[in-house]
Amino acid sequence: MSKEYKRSDGRKNNQLRPIVAKVGIIPNADGSAMFAFGGTIAIAAVYGPRQLHPQHMQNPSTGILRCNYDLLSFSVYDRKKPGPSRRSNEISKVTEWALAPALDLKEFPAQVVDVQIYILQADAGTRTAGINAASMALAHAGLPMKDLICSVAVGKNDKHLIVDLTKEEEDYEEGEGATDFAMAKLANHDELTLLQMDGKIQPNIVKDALKLGSEACKEVYEAQKKALKEVVNGGEEK
Amino acid sequence: MSGMEMSNLTIETLDRMFADKKRFDSRGLLDLRNIEVTYDVSDKAEGSARIKMGKTDVVVGIKLQVGEPYPDSPEKGNLMVSGDLLPLASPRFESGPPGFEAIELPRLVDRAIRESGMIKFEDLVIEKGKVWTIIIDIYPINDDGNLIDASTICALAALKSAVFPEIDKEGKIDYEKKTDKKLPLSKDILPLSFSFFKLGNSIILDPTREEEEACESRVTFGISKWNSQYMLNSCQKKGEAPFTSEEIEKIMEIITKKFDEVSKKLKNFL
Repeated sequence: MSKEYKRSDGRKNNQLRPIVAKVGIIPNADGSAMFAFGGTIAIAAVYGPRQLHPQHMQNPSTGILRCNYDLLSFSVYDRKKPGPSRRSNEISKVTEWALAPALDLKEFPAQVVDVQIYILQADAGTRTAGINAASMALAHAGLPMKDLICSVAVGKNDKHLIVDLTKEEEDYEEGEGATDFAMAKLANHDELTLLQMDGKIQPNIVKDALKLGSEACKEVYEAQKKALKEVVNGGEEK
Repeated sequence: MSGMEMSNLTIETLDRMFADKKRFDSRGLLDLRNIEVTYDVSDKAEGSARIKMGKTDVVVGIKLQVGEPYPDSPEKGNLMVSGDLLPLASPRFESGPPGFEAIELPRLVDRAIRESGMIKFEDLVIEKGKVWTIIIDIYPINDDGNLIDASTICALAALKSAVFPEIDKEGKIDYEKKTDKKLPLSKDILPLSFSFFKLGNSIILDPTREEEEACESRVTFGISKWNSQYMLNSCQKKGEAPFTSEEIEKIMEIITKKFDEVSKKLKNFL
């Protein structure tokens, strides 16, 4: 791993952008949160457990998790056409799988927990910010969870492993180009719940990339915990 | 993992068998089925191929169109990958708007090919503001599992077989006249895809449909060789069950061996 790579915004290889995490931002929701990595801002609301429609999707042995992720139309320079796209459908689904292992919905048979994630402002890493926000919102909703889920993007610019890429870094074209490797894990377990990548990365350095990501996840975890505690202690808890 | 009716009994049996390193069709957990690639599915297409991996059967066609470049890459041609899970190929598939599987399949094939650098997009420019768009259309004919890996190989074969149509004096494409000019593809880059499926603590490759349904999660990697190094080009996990970092490390050891094995096999076909 090369340590001395100079990033365009002056960060160290293993340095996340400034994190902002806040819980309880949407009064109507059963749980809600915002999470920002620098210029990427995600908000999430949790509704439920509640009755699941359509009925045929109900699972009599457990409650289910249903996620929806999308960009607001003005969160990117080229206006995003409102409504679901193939990209947002795919991210919604991988987000669901990233979060589900932390939840235990067996006590809520046939019900659903809906997670709504929207991106207000996008500067790369939107799915990871969204997962972090959603994980806090689920905890805020008071659902039974075995752990929080933490998510970061690791990646590469040419040969240099870096964490939490900006859009500019995602568009890097020199040498081996840019690699973006989004991961999520249970904060206190070695269980990877999201793995999504494109770019160019040698199989023998995936181990280093995952290690870098896991370290960064610890920082995300601290920010999430702090934000959750603020709400509990501040008496705003629903 | 989706759709097919599956009894718990079958899942438990497969779990037990995988733990004993056994499969119904007597393969080892990481053994691949036989691969057979043929060409010329349609002479109307610019290129086409068909793959059979066991009972899994997929056809891929290449069509070329002239269009405008994307604003963010004015000096490059375009690639579009689409796929349709026709009700023809399995009782699981229904007509109507695409489900997750139908969305994911072409996207993963697209990423494995695009990110590998196999297609020289800058050589698809005809003149300023006018470029070729390569369209890859994927149709499974019979689904017996592992559609992503099979479709990636089939798309490669179809790309390699494709030739440009003629452009007449007014600049219109004459699809009935084919040139002998092949697509601008790098000879040394061969992107492949390997999907690792997990049930209990076992990891298998190239599942049949039944095995695939029983598994709890999947991680797919696109891999190629670039400047004579192995390069992963894409990755996507599907399903709830997590992978440990130890499992991913093991997969990294397996994948380069499997890449060499399949590359060698494909030399007979490509």
